[in-house]
Amino acid sequence: MTAVQDKPARLISGPGMLLVWFYGVMVVGALSRSVYQIATEFDRAPLAYTLSAVAGVVYAFITYTLVRGGETARRAALVCCAAELAGVLIVGTWTLVEPSAFPDATVWSEYGMGYVFIPVLLPLSAMYWLRRARERNSA
Amino acid sequence: MLNALMLVTGVAALLLAAWCGWAAYRDQPTKDWHFIGMAVVSVLALVQLVAGIVQLARGEKPEQGTTIFVAYLLGSFACVPAAGLMSLAERTRWGSVTVAAAGVVLAVLEVRLYDIWGG
Repeated sequence: MTAVQDKPARLISGPGMLLVWFYGVMVVGALSRSVYQIATEFDRAPLAYTLSAVAGVVYAFITYTLVRGGETARRAALVCCAAELAGVLIVGTWTLVEPSAFPDATVWSEYGMGYVFIPVLLPLSAMYWLRRARERNSA
Repeated sequence: MLNALMLVTGVAALLLAAWCGWAAYRDQPTKDWHFIGMAVVSVLALVQLVAGIVQLARGEKPEQGTTIFVAYLLGSFACVPAAGLMSLAERTRWGSVTVAAAGVVLAVLEVRLYDIWGG
């Protein structure tokens, strides 16, 4: 074991930094929004606000793993990105099929249209980046 | 007053985005001049934050709620400096892309601020 191998592989070099930026923005956006809505008008749309909060927590965890780096973090981030993508697709479809379940919008409503589709584009680019990161590190 | 500030800050943010996007296109990291540009945009956002709080203190009410208004003011202020720090850590074209993205995000925040304030 050399010192180089002990150091966790950096996940935020190059395009990774841009990913961290967008995830950071989504953390602030989703968490502050859900905290405010849950605190002031939770009864109006409990499901929507809870989902926004969950989305915010997932974003926060992915941001943390990206910054931390290393193989374990990379795998954890991959799993969370897959969960995030599934969440966007399920909630996005759900809001289209059954709009009455959502009196108010969530971060993931209509596949994240209110956020310029960043919620659906972000996990895709992150997963692509994280898969590439493994090849880079093993190369 | 506040509307004019939002407009100026939004336009400045877009200019910053274009400038840093150009640097990224030429495969360059952010340089001193870019940081001066970021400082200008950040000062505008700070002036906007203070002006917004002064308006609130005078008893004016934003159309969509005071809490949301203040949250967006703070977010607009933090946006560009945060990306600037990240571009210091990432001395490649991707640092420039990050600042360009921050400029676009700030411009979007300004549009939302305008809506929240109620034009």
